[in-house]
Amino acid sequence: MKSVIGLEVHVELKTKSKMFCGCPADYFGKKPNTHTCPVCLGLPGALPVPNKTAIQWCVMLGLALNCKIPLTSKFDRKNYFYPDLPKGYQISQYDEPFCLKGSLKLDNGKVIKIRRVHMEEDTGKLIHATVGNEDVSLIDLNRSGVPLVEIVTEPDFDNSKDVKEYLQKLQQIVRYLAISDADMEKGDMRLEPNISISKDGSLPSYKVEVKNINSFRFAEKAIDYEIKRQLEILKNNETPIQETRGWDEKKQKTVSQRTKEEASDYRYFPEPDIPPIRWTQKQLEGFRKQIPELPHFKVQKYENELKIKVSDAIRVSENIEVAQFFEKTVKIGSKHNVSPQSVANFLLNKGVNTSNITPAELIKTIISTSTYATIDNSKIKKAVEKVLRENPKALNDLRVGKTQTLQFLIGKTMAEIKEKIDTKIIIEEINRQTK
Amino acid sequence: MNYSAYSIHKLREGLKKKDFPSEDIVKDCLDRIKISKLNAFITICETEAIKKAKEADKKIKDGVDLPLLGIPISAKDIYLTRNIRTTAASRVLNRYIPQYSATVIERLEKAGAIIIGKTNCDAWAHGSSGENSDYGPTENPYLKGYVPGGSSSGSAVSVAANMCLVSMGTDTGGSIRLPASFCNVVGLKPTYGRVSRYGVISMASSLDSIGHFTKNVDDSALVLSITAGKDKNDATTPEIEVDNYKNYLTKDIKEVKIGLPREYFSDGLDKRVKEKIENEVKILEAKGARIEQISLPNTEYGITCYYIVQPAEVSSNLARYDGLRYGNDRAHFGNEAKRRIMLGSYVLSSGYYDAYYKKAMQVRTLIKKDFDEAFKKVDVIIAPVSPTLPWKIGEKTQDPLSMYLSDIYTVNVNLAGIPGLSVPIGLIEGLPVGLQILGPHFSEGKLFQVGKAIERPKI
Repeated sequence: MKSVIGLEVHVELKTKSKMFCGCPADYFGKKPNTHTCPVCLGLPGALPVPNKTAIQWCVMLGLALNCKIPLTSKFDRKNYFYPDLPKGYQISQYDEPFCLKGSLKLDNGKVIKIRRVHMEEDTGKLIHATVGNEDVSLIDLNRSGVPLVEIVTEPDFDNSKDVKEYLQKLQQIVRYLAISDADMEKGDMRLEPNISISKDGSLPSYKVEVKNINSFRFAEKAIDYEIKRQLEILKNNETPIQETRGWDEKKQKTVSQRTKEEASDYRYFPEPDIPPIRWTQKQLEGFRKQIPELPHFKVQKYENELKIKVSDAIRVSENIEVAQFFEKTVKIGSKHNVSPQSVANFLLNKGVNTSNITPAELIKTIISTSTYATIDNSKIKKAVEKVLRENPKALNDLRVGKTQTLQFLIGKTMAEIKEKIDTKIIIEEINRQTK
Repeated sequence: MNYSAYSIHKLREGLKKKDFPSEDIVKDCLDRIKISKLNAFITICETEAIKKAKEADKKIKDGVDLPLLGIPISAKDIYLTRNIRTTAASRVLNRYIPQYSATVIERLEKAGAIIIGKTNCDAWAHGSSGENSDYGPTENPYLKGYVPGGSSSGSAVSVAANMCLVSMGTDTGGSIRLPASFCNVVGLKPTYGRVSRYGVISMASSLDSIGHFTKNVDDSALVLSITAGKDKNDATTPEIEVDNYKNYLTKDIKEVKIGLPREYFSDGLDKRVKEKIENEVKILEAKGARIEQISLPNTEYGITCYYIVQPAEVSSNLARYDGLRYGNDRAHFGNEAKRRIMLGSYVLSSGYYDAYYKKAMQVRTLIKKDFDEAFKKVDVIIAPVSPTLPWKIGEKTQDPLSMYLSDIYTVNVNLAGIPGLSVPIGLIEGLPVGLQILGPHFSEGKLFQVGKAIERPKI
């Protein structure tokens, strides 16, 4: 028995305007139906004009995920009726997506294959409410036409931990590229796992799609729950039905939403309002150059070239602003004999706010905190003697193993000496005298 | 005085010389529309048009010179016109008032044109006779009880019956050229993408061409020089410079190579129509043109290909008319629209896509290639527009297939995306006949040049 999990992730791009019209793409918290025009309202006669930046970002994400970029691509219409879809079809990509056959490597070395990365548009939002005494469904079309990128993996996952790591890595890449905030709670990033269980390693005859997952934690829980649920069904020699289920956080379980007995027929065909897109190698090279150094390269570089601990390298490169700040600081530090590891230590442990300080200032701070006054050993010896003498209770506590007293004694000694010295030296002296 | 019997050129001269005001022209047209029983209009913009005419007269007095200043025009009722009801001749949009105007309408208004009303047509531009309108059929002004051709029926009639000087129509499979031919007016179907489709209700997006009816070739060239060109709101309009069409109007046709495709002159063509076209060809030859017999071998597959691609796109384009945000609900769709929605949904459904839609797209490529090959040998092609003369109202309404076949000579031009100009060549038993001149992509200038050589000076 082996779990087989594939992921479809939608990422909403933070372009200024929508995918096919000039309306602002930012809809969060805006007054309903104010960011709309004939195109995203699906009025008669309106035509889509594709957003070049959105397409470029989609291709850049594909490149960052090691995808191949076909030189020709096109949009297609996905036809279906739903009240939040004003045109009666969604402009998406069917058989010629922008990006194909990529991959993402997890920390344990496992490679998740990416089937495709394509571009499409978001739908409007339905709000079910009661107005007066009437139950009504309201439509807000501010989100209609906001650019969406869909990233589809092969069914390469077999556990929820890997899924979570993949999502975190994907989110990190998207943020590095600065193409989306990829905030799951806000719906910038949406996840739909397909889960099934294989008895013999081959691809099962069914799959269960889980929706309504809006955090990494929910993803983990929903997948674990679903695996357990399906295993129980299989234990009874039955096959789980192919369906769409939703994660119910209150009940801590997945609930059936829609059974997919017959596959829906979207009547895809090439979008006639948008000419096919053709790239030159030169254009693709240009896109490649705009991709910043990605987190996994940074980790490698920090570990191998800067000789810092892997765990610190991962933390420093978590977000691109900190990583870039770190690199600048290291560069300045190298002229002042400050090691990359001490920059990392300082950045990670002292809660440095990188937007309030420049790399040069940080180096100054590091230097000042690490330069200690050189003091005569006898002076330290006298100070420790005095402190131990005046604090017999603390001394006693220390002797019976209450190590927290040590900090107190160090503080007292420092106050006695009235100069900043390396605590290590004080500790050594205390140890010597209390032996 | 019947001002509107003149051409735009003549009227603009008179307006500039202050021989008569725009207000008189507009009122003359409005009177004609109101007394007419041809049912050419769905909506008449009387008050607004007179107001605009007065404004135009004031501008003329102030010395403003615009190519269409003070000229009354009409538009097929699938052009969106801000604050003017736009129905697509369907009850679905019976009370629909658009919030914006089509790009072409804006360009024409900017050039000084006055919209006098919205013309009748087959609902959603589905038809070849005008009879599919939910607002009743339009009648041919030449013979009572006969169809004017469709789908831009009211547009052709509005120009033919002197109700305006220009009417904007759309041509997806012949919907401008056919009614132009049936109503004795000049009809232009430009190259696909030459004129913006933005704000024109889509029928079949990959085939829809935005063109117009005029009284003569000169006016047709003038109007295209205003409507043509890149529109940032239509991704299918390329950045190709608009020709100076005026330059072609004074060129003779010496050494112009004209191809006659044998597939268009076969048994299906009415002998009288054939003779008339052959006569015209002889005249052109006498004027110095070189005539060549050519072949477009895939012609016969055109109508089948067209009736797969077109309904497929129609079925998707009509999906937005769900009655949720505007318009009436789907029960208001007429039979022809329903027929095309079903046909289109069928050919796109999984399991049938490869057999129908995909194959049709391959055939479409072959049809395009036929034309590409032909235009390596000749400059333009001359062909009949319709295999028959206009028919009686009601004659084909019970037989959709025979109605579809009336487009047999026009649809391939749309599949290939090339331009076509329908020019009148006289009457047979009181009914008008036209021929079409076809050229390579963006060769409209050449079509006007040959069209001028065919046109008899009427006005």
